[in-house]
Formats: sequence, structure tokens, C-alpha cells
Amino acid sequence: MSELKRTFRYLRPYTREAVLAIIFLGLVVVLDLSIPRMVQTLVDEGIGNQDMDIVLRTSLMMIGASILSATMMIGNTIFSVKASRGFEADLREDIFKKIQTYSFGNLDDLSSGQLLTRLTSDLNQIRTMMTMTLRMFTRAPLMAIISLSIMWTTNPQLTKYILILMPVTGVFITLFIRKLQPLFTKTQEKLEQLNQVLEENLSGIRIVKAFVRRDYEGTRFKSANKELTDISVRVNQLIGVLFPLTLLIMNTGIVAIIYFGGIQVIQGSTTVGTIIAFTNYVFSAMFPIMMLSMMAGQISFAEASAKRIMEVLDNEPEIKEKLDAVQLAEVKGRVEFKNVSFSYREDGGDPVLHNVNFTAEPGETVAILGSTGSGKSSLIHLIPRFYDVSDGKVLIDGYDVRDVEPKSIRKHIGISLQEAILFSGTIRDNIRYGRPEATDEEVIEAAKAAQAHEFIIGFPEGYDTNVGQRGVNLSGGQKQRIAIARALLVKPSILILDDSTSAVDVETEIKIEEALEELMKNRTSFIIAQRISTVLNADKIIVLDDGNIAAEGTHDQLIQTSPIYKEIYDSQLGDGGAQ
Amino acid sequence: MSGKNSDNKKEAQPQTGMHRRGPRGMGNIEKAKDAKGTTLRLLNYFKEYRVKIAFVVLATVASSLVGLAGPYFQGVAIDKYIVLGDLDGLLRISLMLAGVYVFTTLVAGVNSVIMAGISQGSLMKMRKELFEHMQLLSLSFFDKNQTGDLMSRLTNDIDAIGALLTQNVTQLVQNLLTLVGIIVLMFSLNVWLALASLIVFPLMIIFTAVVGKRTRVYYRDLQKQTGGLNGVIQETLGGQKVVIAFEQQDAVNKKFDKMNQAVKETGVLALTYAMMVPPIMGILSNANIAIVAGLGGWMTLQGLATIGTIATFIQYSRQFANPLRHFANMYNSIQSALAGAERIFEIIDTPPELTDCEDAVSPQQIQGEVVFEEVDFEYVPDVPVLKNISLHAKPGETIALVGPTGAGKTTIVNVLTRFYDIQKGKITIDGLDIRNVKKDYLRSKLGIVLQDVYLFSGTVMDNIRYGNLVATDEECIAAAKLANADGFIRRLPKGYQTELSERAGNLSQGQRQLISIARAIIANPAILILDEATSSVDTRTEVQIQEALLNLMEGRTSFVIAHRLSTIRKADMVLVINNGEIIERGNHEELLEKKGFYYNLYMSQFKGTIDDADFEYIKPVEVYDQPTSSMPMMGKRRGPSGGPSPEMMRQRAMEIVEIFKKKQATSPETAKTFEELEIPPQYQRMIQMRLTRLGIIADNGGKLYLIEKNLSKL
Repeated sequence: MSELKRTFRYLRPYTREAVLAIIFLGLVVVLDLSIPRMVQTLVDEGIGNQDMDIVLRTSLMMIGASILSATMMIGNTIFSVKASRGFEADLREDIFKKIQTYSFGNLDDLSSGQLLTRLTSDLNQIRTMMTMTLRMFTRAPLMAIISLSIMWTTNPQLTKYILILMPVTGVFITLFIRKLQPLFTKTQEKLEQLNQVLEENLSGIRIVKAFVRRDYEGTRFKSANKELTDISVRVNQLIGVLFPLTLLIMNTGIVAIIYFGGIQVIQGSTTVGTIIAFTNYVFSAMFPIMMLSMMAGQISFAEASAKRIMEVLDNEPEIKEKLDAVQLAEVKGRVEFKNVSFSYREDGGDPVLHNVNFTAEPGETVAILGSTGSGKSSLIHLIPRFYDVSDGKVLIDGYDVRDVEPKSIRKHIGISLQEAILFSGTIRDNIRYGRPEATDEEVIEAAKAAQAHEFIIGFPEGYDTNVGQRGVNLSGGQKQRIAIARALLVKPSILILDDSTSAVDVETEIKIEEALEELMKNRTSFIIAQRISTVLNADKIIVLDDGNIAAEGTHDQLIQTSPIYKEIYDSQLGDGGAQ
Repeated sequence: MSGKNSDNKKEAQPQTGMHRRGPRGMGNIEKAKDAKGTTLRLLNYFKEYRVKIAFVVLATVASSLVGLAGPYFQGVAIDKYIVLGDLDGLLRISLMLAGVYVFTTLVAGVNSVIMAGISQGSLMKMRKELFEHMQLLSLSFFDKNQTGDLMSRLTNDIDAIGALLTQNVTQLVQNLLTLVGIIVLMFSLNVWLALASLIVFPLMIIFTAVVGKRTRVYYRDLQKQTGGLNGVIQETLGGQKVVIAFEQQDAVNKKFDKMNQAVKETGVLALTYAMMVPPIMGILSNANIAIVAGLGGWMTLQGLATIGTIATFIQYSRQFANPLRHFANMYNSIQSALAGAERIFEIIDTPPELTDCEDAVSPQQIQGEVVFEEVDFEYVPDVPVLKNISLHAKPGETIALVGPTGAGKTTIVNVLTRFYDIQKGKITIDGLDIRNVKKDYLRSKLGIVLQDVYLFSGTVMDNIRYGNLVATDEECIAAAKLANADGFIRRLPKGYQTELSERAGNLSQGQRQLISIARAIIANPAILILDEATSSVDTRTEVQIQEALLNLMEGRTSFVIAHRLSTIRKADMVLVINNGEIIERGNHEELLEKKGFYYNLYMSQFKGTIDDADFEYIKPVEVYDQPTSSMPMMGKRRGPSGGPSPEMMRQRAMEIVEIFKKKQATSPETAKTFEELEIPPQYQRMIQMRLTRLGIIADNGGKLYLIEKNLSKL
């Protein structure tokens, strides 16, 4: 409950609405419960005393009470919805904005899928819980308590029978739920399992077909399907039995009222009207118990959701701006790594970079080579301070990046990440992403440099072509070229291309390189590329091996001195080690 | 449960799970196109449960009728026994009342148990049928339908049907009977009171209709706005690193705020209306009690009714509201279940992919001779993708397909595997038209390593074994060794038993590729198809992959969609494809000599990247003009296709062996380099590719020597 309670602070701005909702609800309950009592009066005093006046008056009062209660209920609905929706919107805003403060490290811990679930279904779960709190959870105990008190004051003897049955219902349902809960979890697991088989099958359909594994997949699906069905049958059977059984307990109450109440009437210690009223109160006293026991399961779901949401809110951004951070108006582009070590984990386990030292002078092109996991991407991610170094310093124009406002550095860096992610909207919007105020001419210029202009104008709508779910499907290479254009458009002092042309065909890649050569002239550029042809003209090539700089220099130097470089070179350009 | 299910789906598949169905029974009502036909077809799934269903229906009828007796007995108890002071009678009627409740409970319980089995069983059958049918559908179907959409058929749509089955079918019967029963009983007890009770009835209907209409309008808006908001959230989170890189957090927040506010406002409207219905209905039934009690009281005083009747009527009017409320909800869930069923049937009705012709054969063995004869193909009518493609691959040859993106390289693979059927021309394997070969057999003889490596969850071992389900662990490990995957697999936490997480996220792209190569090796195909996309892999892993691929290609006819010139050079034949046509063909050297499209491609790749000396060295023209007198057949006896024939290869190998013998490089001590042996470059490839693998020539620290005792392997 504790995490759930923490979310309740988001209700604070809506205290007025929440309180009003609960007050209205209380009135509704009182009014609703007065009805059977009035029936009793009508029967005993009106009919019993042959008093037509009382009959008329009481029934008019009952109608009045119904109308009043309807009005109150509308009031409750309006305020409870206002409160819960406001609560939801505020909480959603806080989560979303919190995520916006995250740095790369935080995002590595929580995947976008996880975050999305928290912002949608978890939030929904909590909102539902909140709405229920403002309605059912308040209403049910109120109803039970008020019904019981009315009954007790009218006829304590008869009320005792109901008092015995109430805990029976509670215990009974709780036991059932306790049995059901693990089954729910299991159903969930089986469902996930089935979905996984399905998802894999559909995504890998080419492989399934190519290896002719239809039967094998069929068997896999069949067993997952069977397991899910078996468990669902059990769950449904249990629920199916639970409801009639709880109803039976309530009905037992009615039988008890009729029989024992009847005896009392015959003995003259109670009235017929009381019996009629009591048969109604049995429901209003016991039904809430039933509802509450059933809803108890919901609380544990909501608690789990609250925990996940709080995890997002409690997660502090790893990169923090210093209070006295410097604002860089201009960046020349001198990048220096001084004894930089870096590990993704705070406890320093498994450093990805060890003691890296190098300097890139303004305007230089630095190519970074190395095998997967050698630390190339990690290295370039330290320049815009996506992560903080574990040891050493990264300096831009002589400033430690930790002493500078991250925003003011990043504004001067154009980066194209390994995975080319575009947003929905037009191609123009995407290219302008980092600088929305750019002119159309600038957009076209950037697109031309990234060799994207030609294919873009090939679309019927040109730069206004929509990309994303409802737009055209761009190939991997096309996306990468747009991502490069996006990076170029910010007119960065430092340009970083992280394996940005991997999906582009060789010919286009060459063209991009030629165009870039021109563009890179006045900026410091870092290029990670797999194709060695891409890096040959760099001012400096850094060869990374397992987080260490294995070699550094120009192509001509490295081909003489670095065995690793030569190996890479030979594998691609040489004739398979023939030299 | 259903809400939770779809949420769960979202966790697994965030990119497609955004379409929520909204709270059941509010707004967003989908309509089935052919409700009657779909219902009838849906009923088919219950045929086998006929007897059980008949029992359930009968039992429900009985219990509904008996259930109606409950309130009636209450009235009787008051009028006949309590008022008259008959204790024995009271006990009797109380026991009867208890009997009624026990009976209805029993029936409801038994019914639920039976129905749970029936509904889940039929859902299982439906899922199975849908899944199995999907497996038969052609790739073009999967091209057109996104995985997420198909997933939603099997989860959300089945779910909707399930919800209808488990919750509503018995309730429908029961509610109808209860409603009719109550009306009949009320009228038989007291016509005037019955009429009075029904006054509220039209009020309820009007109210529900008016509010329902508004609710639907607001709900539609809400759904649209929520969809938009979730879209923004999903997209932003998916590209959060880009947002950070371009410092767009403020812009994103602004966009979010606007939509969040809109969702909040519409949500308040929609939900206020929606949530008003149930309590108001309950209150209307309170008003009903007032009317019954008032009128009943007056009539009792006039001697036209009894107190017991009033008690009975009060109970009935309570029960009366329930069926009405259910009907409104049920209508929605029936509609969405039918709409779901319609979508499911749509898939089941999609004709399966190209079927085998009746006399399709499964030949004993496949040598691997592949011939395309004037093949034309189009995915969409009138948009030709392949035009007049002819090629001839002899067993064991490597054919490289080269050309710009979209030229039709992958399509050649797709028609060879018969993922699609060609429109014109003929494709034969060992002289047999592939349309006359059993499709499954054909594919089992083709090994495919695709660009986008797909691994399944399960262990590494499972994934390798996917290529050949009966392979032993040893065979799988041997395959992994050949694929250069053994080393890294052994370094994984649990070696071959390491579980691969979803989409194999815990392996690098290169490692996944190596596993997929092992998978292809263990399948032992006669013909190999490689989409050589090593671009996302670093250079050193690539060397390993190249080596693994060479192992795989050994002795097999191979089609390689090549991106690397090193691969192309090693190919027996290079087909240059542009706009769906083969525009040039020949081996690397010949194509360069032509100075055509290929030459340009080649030159652009290497322009300025190799210093002149190197370039001279590998310049093919020079190499080509260099045959020594001891090798007179160079460049002569080539087949028309340009690739060397196996017989020629053997001869070439013998010539190489002769060189080694002549230079006395026959032991590790006397090993010599290529230069020392004076072996021309184009022969070096042969040595590496075939002879070292056959164990005829071995490497001793860059120097080579001949192992004479292995010569028999030639």
C-alpha cells in the first residue's frame, strides 16, 4: 500500500473535488438506505393503522429521496471524475517530464517499452483505483455500516443473524481470492508465453518457411495454447462458482430474516414492515462486503503499478547540471580526452574504456575503428556528455564538459546515432528537428549533402512526405541519410556520425563521403564506420581494442605500425592476406 | 481479465499495442458487417458441445424459473403464515425458500463449470485454427499485414469473443427468462401494481439512450485524443536519445502538455456521462420501490392487495433493473465479439500460399544445378520486378548478385525459394521445374541466411538445432565450430544452454549472424542462399563471419547477395543486376575488363583508397594478362557463364600441387610464402578456399606447404 499512498499526493490539488465527491456519496448512501426504512413505516404505520395519509406522505417522501439521491449521485460523479482525471493528467505529466530529464544511462536501465507501459497501463490501473476510491470504496463500507446500524437500532435480535453471516462472506471470498490470485498470475504467464510463441513465429516467418518448420511451430503453439486453456478453464470455473456461492450466503440471510423474523412477528415482538425492510438491508449490508473482498485483488495490482510508476519518478537523472555551469556561446571544436576511463555501471564494474587519451584539433576528422564492444560508441557518447566519465576528463575547447551546461554543448554538436530514429511528421520536420527555425533552403542543402535530396524529391510530396506509421516506408539507408541531414542542419562545430551509413549502399556511401568532405572542412568530425574505405582519408584514425587505444595515427602510419589496423585493412581491401 | 491481457501485450510489443478497446460497454462500438453470417459461423465452433450446451440451457431455464419463486415465496410467507401466525407453515415455506436458493446456486455453479470448459475449449480451437492457417499463408500476406495487427487478431479479437462467451451467453438466457418471468408473475399477482412498476421502465430506456448517445460521441473524441497522446508518448520514448541529443526536451514537453490537457478535459466529459448511468439506474429502481410501496399501500388499504404482494413486488423491481442493465452492456460486447470474429474469419478465409501440384516430387538427392530460364516476375500486376532473368549455376558454384538497392536481388532469392511464383519462364533445379517439386522439400534443400537475422527464444543450442531438429548436441557443436561461433558461445554464461532473451538482445549482431550460419550449416542444404549483410558488424567479427560462410559454401551451390568486393572476387560468377535485369555477367576480372556498370561500381568503391602500387597489384587486367606458360588453360576453357567448371577446378588444383612439389614446399620446415612459390593471386584464392580446407595445403605462420598424403581427397 505504501507506494500507492505516495501517489495519493497527486490528489492534493483536487482536495476540494475529492471531499465534495465523498460528501455527496455519503448523502447518497443515507438517502438510499432510508428507502427500506420508509417502506417499513409505510407498511407498519400506514397500512397497519389504516392511515392513508401516512401511506401517501411516505411514498412521496420516498420519491423525493430517490430524486435527491440521483442529484447527489450526479454531483459525486462530476467531482470524482474531475478529481481522478486531474490526478491522472498531473501524474502523467510528472512521469513524462521526469523522463525528459533522464540521461542516456537512465534510459539504458528502463527501456522505452517499459516506460511506455508505465505511462499507459500502469497509470490507468492507478486512475481506476483512484476513481474507485472516490466511489465504490467509500460507498461500500458506508452502506454496510449504515445498514447495520439501522438494522441494529430497529431489531438487534434479527441483526445478529446478519452479523454472523458477514464475516463468513468476507472470509469465504478472501479464501477464494487467495486461491485465485496465483492462478491469475499463472494465466498471465501462460498468456505471455503464448504471445511470445506467436510473436516469434510471425516475426520470423521467413525462417519458419525457409526451414519448413510449420509442424514444429504448430506443436509449440499447440502446447502453449493448451496450457493457457487449461489454466483459464480453472480460473473461470472458480470464479463461476464463487459468485453463486456468495449469493447463496446472502440469500441465507434472507431466509433467516423471513423465518426468525416471522417467528418474532407471530410472537408480537416485531412488525411485518421490519421484515420487508430487513430483506432489503440484507443486500445493502452484505453486498459491499462482497464487492470489497473482490476488489482487494485490485489493490495489489494497483500497488504493483504504483511501484513501477514511483520507480520512474524516483529515478534521478544521472547527468546533473552544475549550479555554476558555464554557458558556451561558441564552440571551436577542440576535443580532448584526458585519461578517460568509463564504465556503464556506477560501481565501476567492467570498464568499457581504459585510460583513453587523445586530442582532436578544430576542423580535424577523427575516424574510430574497432570491433564490436571495443568501446567506439561509448567513446563518442562522452563528447556530448550523454554519460559521465568514471575517471579522467573530457574537454571541449578546454572546458571540462561537466562544468558546462549540457544544452550549450549539445547545441553545437550534430550527431547521428547508430540507429536512425525518425519521428512522425514530414521529412522536412525531421530534418529540421534540431533547429526548427531553419529555412527550406537550409533543409535542402543539408539533404543534398547527405545524398537524401534526390530520393526525397522522388516522392510525390517531396519534403512534405509523411514518414512514420501513416507515411511512406523508408528503407534503412534512406532513414540514415535523413538522420545525417538532421545532424548537419544544426551547423555543428562538432559532427559525430556513429556508423551512420551501414545500411546505405556502397555507391551512395561514397557520394555521402564526398559531400561530407566539403562539409567537414570547418568542423571537428568523429566518424565510426565499419568500412575501412570510409576512414582512409581521416586526419587521425583511432583503433580501439577492448576499451584501449591500440593505435592512433593516419592511414599511412598505421598500415606500417599497427597489426590490428593491418588485419582490418587486409580483410576488406587486401586480397585475403595475400600480401 | 481482458483489460489486463491487452496491457500485457503492450509490454511485449509497445509499438503496436496502442489500440485499446476502451472500457467494455462504453462508446467505441464496432459493428459487424455480416452479423448473421458471422454468428452462424461462430456457432460452428460449438457443434461438438451440443449436448452440454443443451443441458446448460435447460438447467438455466429451470433455475431462472425456480429463482423467480424466491420473492413470491417471501410474499406468501408474510401473507399466509406470518400475518396468520402459522409457525409450521412458516418453517415449511422458509425451507422451500432455502431450497430455491440452494437449487439456483447449484445450477449456476454447475453451469459455470461446464461453460468454462466449453468457452475456453472453443477459444483454443479457434486460436489453433487461426494459427495453423497463418502458417499456410504466403509471404505476401505477411508483407501486407503487420505482425502487431496479426497478434491483435489472436489476442484482442479472441479475447472479445472469450469475454462474450464466458460472461454473457448463459446470462443472456437467464436475463431474458427473468425479465419475461417477472413481468408475467407481476401481472398475474396484481395488474395495477404491475403497470405501475413498469412506469419506470420507459424512463430507464430513454435515459440510457440519451446519455448513451452523448457518451459515445465524447468517448470517440476521448479515444482519438488518447490515441494521439499515446502516439506522442510512444514515439518520444522510442526516440528519447535523439530528443536528448538534439536538446528538444522543452519542445516535446510543450507538445505533451497540450495533448495531455485535451485528454483530461475530454476525459472528464466522457466519463462523467458514462459513469452516471449505473447509479442513476439504481436510483430509478429506488423510485420504483416508492411507487410500488405507495400504490401498493393504498391498494392494501382498499383491500385490493396484500402486504406480501408489496414485499414480492419490491424484490421483483430490484431484480428487474439487472437484466436491463445487462442488455445494454451485452449489446456492445456482442458487437465487438462479432467484429473480432469477422476479422478472424477473414484471415482463415485467405487462400493459402502457392500449393504443391498434385504430382509434385521429392527427388532423392539434389546436386545443386540451378537454372533460370527467361524468368519474369512482378509482386503487383504491371510492376515488373524481374525481367527476362536467365542464369545457370553448376553444382558447387558461387554466384554473386550485385547491384544497387531495389534492383531485384532479393526477389531472385524469393522466387528461387518459391516464396513467390514466377509469372513467366522457368526455374529448374537439377533439371526439374521447381513448381513440380514439393515446396517443403525444396525449401528443406535450400539453406538461407538472411540479412535480418532472426533467432527464437530458447537456448543457443535450440536455435542451432532449428536447422535440423534431429541433430545431436555434438552435431550442433560441430556446426557451431564450423560457423566460428563455438568460441563465443562457450564464453556465454551457460555456454550452449544460455537462454536467448527476446529478439536475442543479449547477443551482438555479429554473434547472432554466426549462430544463424551454424543453423544453416546443420540444415545441410544442397543450395545456399546468403544475404550478405555484414555491414552492421565490425571488421574483425566480419572476418570470422566470412570464414564461417566459406565453410558453409564449401561444396554447395551458393547464391550470395554480395555487398563486399572480397566476396565478389571469390565468386565463380558475378551477376550485375539493375532494374530487374541482369546487365552484366562474368567473374570479377572479366567484368572489370568490360569497363561497364560493374567497373564503375568497383572503381567508385576503391577510388583513392589504395595507393597506386597496391592498385596496380590487384588490378585484374594485369593479373589476367599474366598467365605463366605452365598454366596454359587460364582464361580459355571457361564455360559460357564465366565460372570455372568443377573439372577445370580440379585441373587447376593439380597445377597448384605441381608448383608446391616443384618448389619442394612439402613439409612445415620447407613451407614457403606465395611470393616464394610464385603463385599468381587468382590461384591464391583457390588455395585458401578449397585446398587448405581439404587439408591438402597447410599454413605454417603465413608460409604454406603441401601435405602429400591428403592428395587423394582431390
